[in-house]
Amino acid sequence: MTPNGVEDEEKFLASGIAGIQQNAFHMHRALDSNNLKDALKYSAQMLSELRTSRLSPHKYYELYMRAFDELRKLEMFFKEETKRGCSIVELYELVQHAGNILPRLYLLCTVGSVYIKSKEAPAKDILKDLVEMCRGIQHPLRGLFLRSYLSQVSKDKLPDIGSEYEGDADTVVDAVEFVLQNFTEMNKLWVRMQHQGPAQEKKKREKERSELRDLVGKNLHVLSQIEGIDLEMYKETVLPRILEQVVNCKDEIAQGYLMDCIIQVFPDEYHLQTLETLLGACPQLQPSVDIKMVLARLMERLSNYAALSTDVLPEFFQVEAFAKLNSAIGKVIEAQEDMPTAGVVTLYSSLLTFTLHVHPDRLDYVDQILGACVRKLSGKGKLKDSIATKQIVALLSAPLEKYKDIDTALKLSNYPHVMEHLDDTTSKEMANVLVQTILKNKTCISTDEKVEALFELMKGLIRDLDENLHDEFDAEDFKEEQNSVSRLIQMLHNDDPEEMLKIICTVKKHIVTGGPKRLPFTVPPLIFNSLKLVRRLQNQDENAPEEETSAIPKKIFQILNQIIEALSSVPVPELALRLYLECAEAANDSDLEPVAYEFFTQAYILYEEEISDSKAQVTAIQLIIGTLQRMHIFGVENRDTLTHKATGYSAKLLKKPDQCKAVYSCSHLFWVDDQDSIKDGERVLLCLKRALRIANAAQQMSNATRGSSGSVLLFIEILNKYLYFYEKGVTQITVASIQSLIELITTEMQSENKTADPAADALLASTLRYIQFQKDKGGAVGEKYESIKS
Amino acid sequence: MNYIIGAFKPACNISITFGDGKSRKQVPLKKENGQTVMVPLFQSQENIAGKISVEPVSGKKVEHNGIKVELLGQIEMYFDRGNFYDFTSLVRELDVPGEIYERKTYPFEFSTVEMPYETYNGVNVRLRYILKITVSRGYAGSIVEYQDFVVRNYSPPPSINNSIKMEVGIEDCLHIEFEYNKSKYHLKDVIIGKIYFLLVRIKIKNMDLEIRRRESTGSGANTHVETETLAKFELMDGAPVRGESIPIRLFLSPYELTPTYRNINNKFSVKYYLNLVLVDEEDRRYFKQQEITMFRLEETS
Repeated sequence: MTPNGVEDEEKFLASGIAGIQQNAFHMHRALDSNNLKDALKYSAQMLSELRTSRLSPHKYYELYMRAFDELRKLEMFFKEETKRGCSIVELYELVQHAGNILPRLYLLCTVGSVYIKSKEAPAKDILKDLVEMCRGIQHPLRGLFLRSYLSQVSKDKLPDIGSEYEGDADTVVDAVEFVLQNFTEMNKLWVRMQHQGPAQEKKKREKERSELRDLVGKNLHVLSQIEGIDLEMYKETVLPRILEQVVNCKDEIAQGYLMDCIIQVFPDEYHLQTLETLLGACPQLQPSVDIKMVLARLMERLSNYAALSTDVLPEFFQVEAFAKLNSAIGKVIEAQEDMPTAGVVTLYSSLLTFTLHVHPDRLDYVDQILGACVRKLSGKGKLKDSIATKQIVALLSAPLEKYKDIDTALKLSNYPHVMEHLDDTTSKEMANVLVQTILKNKTCISTDEKVEALFELMKGLIRDLDENLHDEFDAEDFKEEQNSVSRLIQMLHNDDPEEMLKIICTVKKHIVTGGPKRLPFTVPPLIFNSLKLVRRLQNQDENAPEEETSAIPKKIFQILNQIIEALSSVPVPELALRLYLECAEAANDSDLEPVAYEFFTQAYILYEEEISDSKAQVTAIQLIIGTLQRMHIFGVENRDTLTHKATGYSAKLLKKPDQCKAVYSCSHLFWVDDQDSIKDGERVLLCLKRALRIANAAQQMSNATRGSSGSVLLFIEILNKYLYFYEKGVTQITVASIQSLIELITTEMQSENKTADPAADALLASTLRYIQFQKDKGGAVGEKYESIKS
Repeated sequence: MNYIIGAFKPACNISITFGDGKSRKQVPLKKENGQTVMVPLFQSQENIAGKISVEPVSGKKVEHNGIKVELLGQIEMYFDRGNFYDFTSLVRELDVPGEIYERKTYPFEFSTVEMPYETYNGVNVRLRYILKITVSRGYAGSIVEYQDFVVRNYSPPPSINNSIKMEVGIEDCLHIEFEYNKSKYHLKDVIIGKIYFLLVRIKIKNMDLEIRRRESTGSGANTHVETETLAKFELMDGAPVRGESIPIRLFLSPYELTPTYRNINNKFSVKYYLNLVLVDEEDRRYFKQQEITMFRLEETS
């Protein structure tokens, strides 16, 4: 419409309103003076303004509302007039003398309303007459408003059950008949609008029609308010009649809207009992009608209804709601060949929601739905359509949310097939949802098959599905997502070691394909989970025969070895080293010397070949020493080899202070308190002396390069070691050696070119304090310390 | 007014009172001068009786050659003005020639008068009944007084009253079937009917039902036909589609109708037609005219 047209329309509306006001003024005067003849004349003239064809529905409505208000006053007047003794029958005839049909019918409806109230004639006769007479208006817009007026004035006068208008002759059947007829006629008019006027204004017409739809839908609302409509009647009369009209009108807008109306206005239990009829209408609708919306709404309502109370569930079973809905959806999809995939999936998704609410115990239904969905999607490959994708995600998420238990989803054989149709990104997202659900609900996945299924589902997270995707890759997200996966791996558990072993194998099988980016995330949790099993077996050892249980740890360690080896491709030698050491320690606890040795070997190889960064080397050495110190299964030979190597590595560190620290740490390798076999004081002393030498060298080097002697910190640390071993009773550590070391330190501290080092001061102070403390303690320890002077 | 008329009116006042004047129904009648007066209503075969008084003006005597009252039924054609055709003429002599000195009253009676035709005021023709009182005088000219009255005749409901049902149309354009519940209606009747649209290929804007009166006067080459539309009653607003049926309910009481008159005294006829008119969006009119017979039913009230 051109702006000019809008202006014109405003003008027409203004003149229409003016006409109404002017005639209403005269009408009021006539009413005030009880001049019936004039009142009728002016009211008819006033209503003539509604005969205009120049207004859009919106503006026409405005005009109509003005007239409507005036008609209320006229109705009051008619009511009083009949009280004054004017025959309502005569009045009913009198208004029909008007020559123009539109004013005539408005007046007739108005008087008709009073007539019904007077109860001088059966309500049904008057209603029937009114609804019949209204046929005279065939103009869609004017007809719709007139009939809407009729509906408005009559809705409180229907001979409903319990209504004052109910009588022998007037039953609820008549009320229903009346509303249905009015509805049918209004719908016809509404549909007809679509086919009138030029084709290029189709869009505008559709807009106008949608503005008017509530006028039509109101009738269904009125119907739903009629108390007397019981299920029987709804089933036998009301619904079939409405559907007949809906189907026969062959109009897209009307069908979509009215189906929705039916679903919204009538009670759920009625829908449930008439599912067959209601669903039967769906395939008969126009192909362009959005049936999926209609069905989705229906299922949503039924779902909510089912969710409301469990008392109603038997009803659902009784009417086989699922089977009916399922078959209806099938038919609709069949009937509408060009329905977009998104639509299909939406339908199945709604059905799924419904099923989950109504039949939470029927997992087979859920699988059936997924299966149907898969069949429909087959051959379509990955979906490009974002809406369809979203719907599939909804479809897949629904069971997870409902059951809060991934177990269930894993039992659904069609679940992965559906997922296959997701594109890689979404598939990953979906996998993420899966994982999050598991984590949130702390679900324990306990069988091999389930783990297999689960990992199959989340393969998007486990490995790269498409090489090209790396570009738009968010490191932060990736980390987040991989952390979730590792948390998930931690949660896999089964009490049965055999089964658990299988699970571990399965997980391993999946994660080794993950590529260098994922391995550092996925390997450690698996290793630790495996070690957890190992430890569990150790605890059980006491009651189980040795041969059987020990088979499993061995197998596990083999697997572990393979897994850690996989890390070499990354490469993350530090991590691998740590893991090797962890494993070695576990093997130690399982009394598997060769295994432990092998792990150590691997760790050493890594150290030698891969760890070249000096800082990393320091850390690695610390770890190696720490672990080795705790190992107790090694035979003398093996242990010698390993400790020898370790001390060797320590001495070869780059920085002197590091060397020194590593070397004095090595001293612990030769003296383990609770291991009688490892009490080699000689070698301890050797290590400490060597450490002292290195400390000296370090200080000299510092002198040479910086002109100041380095910190005495190293000496103090070595002193602490001395004290430790002295206390432990290593005979090679003598009071004299301690004494001389203390002296050395004190001299150093007082030397002139000493650099201030508060840490060293503090450590020395606390060391001395410790000595004093031990002395004060007395007893055997006190005695030992007594000989040390400081 | 009366005073002035009195000045020209010689000699005496003549007044007529009907015997049952108080109880008899009075109906309005339009006079030539446009005024409406209330006059008594009779029907055929009734006795028309009453009193006529002649009163000389203030003491003068009136000399006359006799006094008579005539009952005349006249048909007057407007295009032939002044020509009355008396189809009924009855005379009663009231007095022999003589003189009147004072008010004198004469009873009169026309018993079971045959008045087959109704009073009618048409476009070109008028049928009226009058009582004409003549005081004949020789040289001074007669004194004449007229009294109009109305005659209406009632018919019983017809024993056969078929509905009018007809299918009409323009080929491939418009086919309708209409039905009026009767072919004969009384004056306060209601026309009930229906119009079915069997085929609609034109864009109809609205549909009216008209009541038309066709008055034909004269005969042969001198026949004058005048058609008036007495009612224009909108039946439908907007364009119907195939299969629609539109109800008709037209109350006849608001309209000034008369019974159908067929060949009244070979002078005129009045016939009624229902004209169904459909108007399309280009204001073309499609119509079908059907004659209906009107009759007067005795009113019970």
